[in-house]
Amino acid sequence: MIAVLKHELSNYFHSLTAYIFGAFLLAFVGIGAMIYNIQQAVANFEYVLSFVSLVFVVIIPILTMRVIAEERKQKTDQLLYSLPLTTTQVVIGKYLALLVIYLIPLCLVSVYPLIFAQYGEVYLLTSYGSIAAFFIMGAALISIGTFISSLTENQGFAAGIAIPVILLNYYSVSLAEHVSSTAFGSAIALCVLSGLLGVVIRFLTKNENVAYVVSIVLIAVVCITYFMDNAVFEGLLPKIMTKLSLFERFYTFVSGVFDMTAIVYYLTVIAFFLFLSVQSLEKRRYN
Amino acid sequence: MITVEHLTKRYGDFTAVNNLSFEIEEGHVYGFLGPNGAGKSTTMNIMTGCLSATEGRVRIGGYDIFEEPDKAKRLMGYLPEQPPLYMNETPVEYLKFVGEAKGLKGRELAEQIEKVISQTKLEDVRNRLISKLSKGYRQRVGIAQALLGNPKVIILDEPTVGLDPLQIIEIRDLIGQLGQEHTVILSSHILSEVQAICEKVLIIAKGKLVAFDKPENLEKLLMASNTVSFIAEAKTDEIDEILKGMWVAADWQMKDMGNGSTCVEVQIEQGEASNLCRSIFFAFAKEGKALLELTSKKANLEDVFIELTESDIAERGLTESVLEVTEMEEKEIKEQKTVEKIIIKEEEYKMDGTEESGVEDK
Repeated sequence: MIAVLKHELSNYFHSLTAYIFGAFLLAFVGIGAMIYNIQQAVANFEYVLSFVSLVFVVIIPILTMRVIAEERKQKTDQLLYSLPLTTTQVVIGKYLALLVIYLIPLCLVSVYPLIFAQYGEVYLLTSYGSIAAFFIMGAALISIGTFISSLTENQGFAAGIAIPVILLNYYSVSLAEHVSSTAFGSAIALCVLSGLLGVVIRFLTKNENVAYVVSIVLIAVVCITYFMDNAVFEGLLPKIMTKLSLFERFYTFVSGVFDMTAIVYYLTVIAFFLFLSVQSLEKRRYN
Repeated sequence: MITVEHLTKRYGDFTAVNNLSFEIEEGHVYGFLGPNGAGKSTTMNIMTGCLSATEGRVRIGGYDIFEEPDKAKRLMGYLPEQPPLYMNETPVEYLKFVGEAKGLKGRELAEQIEKVISQTKLEDVRNRLISKLSKGYRQRVGIAQALLGNPKVIILDEPTVGLDPLQIIEIRDLIGQLGQEHTVILSSHILSEVQAICEKVLIIAKGKLVAFDKPENLEKLLMASNTVSFIAEAKTDEIDEILKGMWVAADWQMKDMGNGSTCVEVQIEQGEASNLCRSIFFAFAKEGKALLELTSKKANLEDVFIELTESDIAERGLTESVLEVTEMEEKEIKEQKTVEKIIIKEEEYKMDGTEESGVEDK
């Protein structure tokens, strides 16, 4: 695992990716700090972070697109399979390397509140709480990007999928206000989602039976619950969309609350997508 | 060292490897032979833990590759068909990563890297980017990677494909050297290569093991079908006459070549081909008929290969990929035959001189 971590880090620093990622992140934090903290003289550094979180939509896919896709393209994944390493070690090694690259600009950023504190009163606790949350949210997004990169051997495709996925997640709360909140609408949407899940399973496992069974069972569950008690579905879809949003939970930290449930949620997302990445790599041995 | 038992790999309806079983002992060079798409790479990928098997098991030095992959993989070095290289690194950086992943550390790692670099003669390019290296050097970096950690078994998948003749010779020499210390398994569809470097040959066709023996023994398999062919400046009935008078010739076919010469193929039932050649030569010389060409065709590994794989094709119906290969092999055989012909012609010429003087004496 350490070998993979070291190798990935040297790889990233040999190429431009790590520098571009760091430069973008620092540039936008800089712009945010200039607008909020300097020009408008706001003492809250966390506002800058909430402003910058939109940048993740672009820079996380840039960072993660090559992580596994490139191995496949260069056929170096065969080397990883034949080395005495487990797939979990490979994925975690790679993920930790990404975290290190993400942490470096963040270390610089974490000096900012201290600098501002020299010139007035800054809520350091909220600032650093938000920076920690910002790190964990980014880590969750990186795990999603890693998983998407493991699905394809084309870097561009990996980025092309990751951007809309993160963008949808970013806007899911605002979108939630516009989607149907009636019971019927929610039920239909859940059926469609079940169908989509089936398509994804079919694509990942190449096993049609499993895909059909999962979809049909889920749709049946939705239908039965709908006819039994349709009040359950009242406003369900918007609620789910809000709950799934990674960004919405981050705003709690910005408002000054250190929300442990959100941290647990982020960690769960990380574990889930890393697990999926391992499975996606393992699957390659079986098809 | 390696035991493969009832190995089967299916992709949907397609069976790539079909109930393959064999055992590989320590300290030999083994050749894995088969036409393209025969299942060589699939088998090697399964043996090295890169692919799962549908059925069956593989044991490396007593460790099951599926159950104890970590221990089994430490005994092996693998070079896949396409060398798995990181193009933006130098050989030294690359070897360092592989060595660390194999669990080497500190001084041991540095020593091993130096050792494999000198073994594979990479000293000149050690600090150049792999993307800038020629194919032969890349292949060597791939082999160097497999050698790290001093594994007992080295598995090389088509190590000489795409190299120029000089590089091929170098890689073959290297494999020969490796064979002294390690068990080497290499796959190839080039028969002469396997014949030259391997002590034992496994022939695979359509995912099945069709032969597993020493190259010499495999050739013996086909000894019965040895033939001698010659072109004589004579008419078919004259040739019939002469051959009938000879006790060694059992059966022959003739083809009129036009311009007064005839091509004849004679099957040998017993005895050496050279004996038949000699008697044909004297018989025709006695009759005053000139021999334009006299060739003894020996069965070699290529014939065994074609025989074994073609009989398999006949059983299962033809596929294009297999056909292509056999056509290629046939071409190779033809080339080889012409070489033999030239040699025999030279000998013939020499003999001619002595023979003439002998006749004069009489």
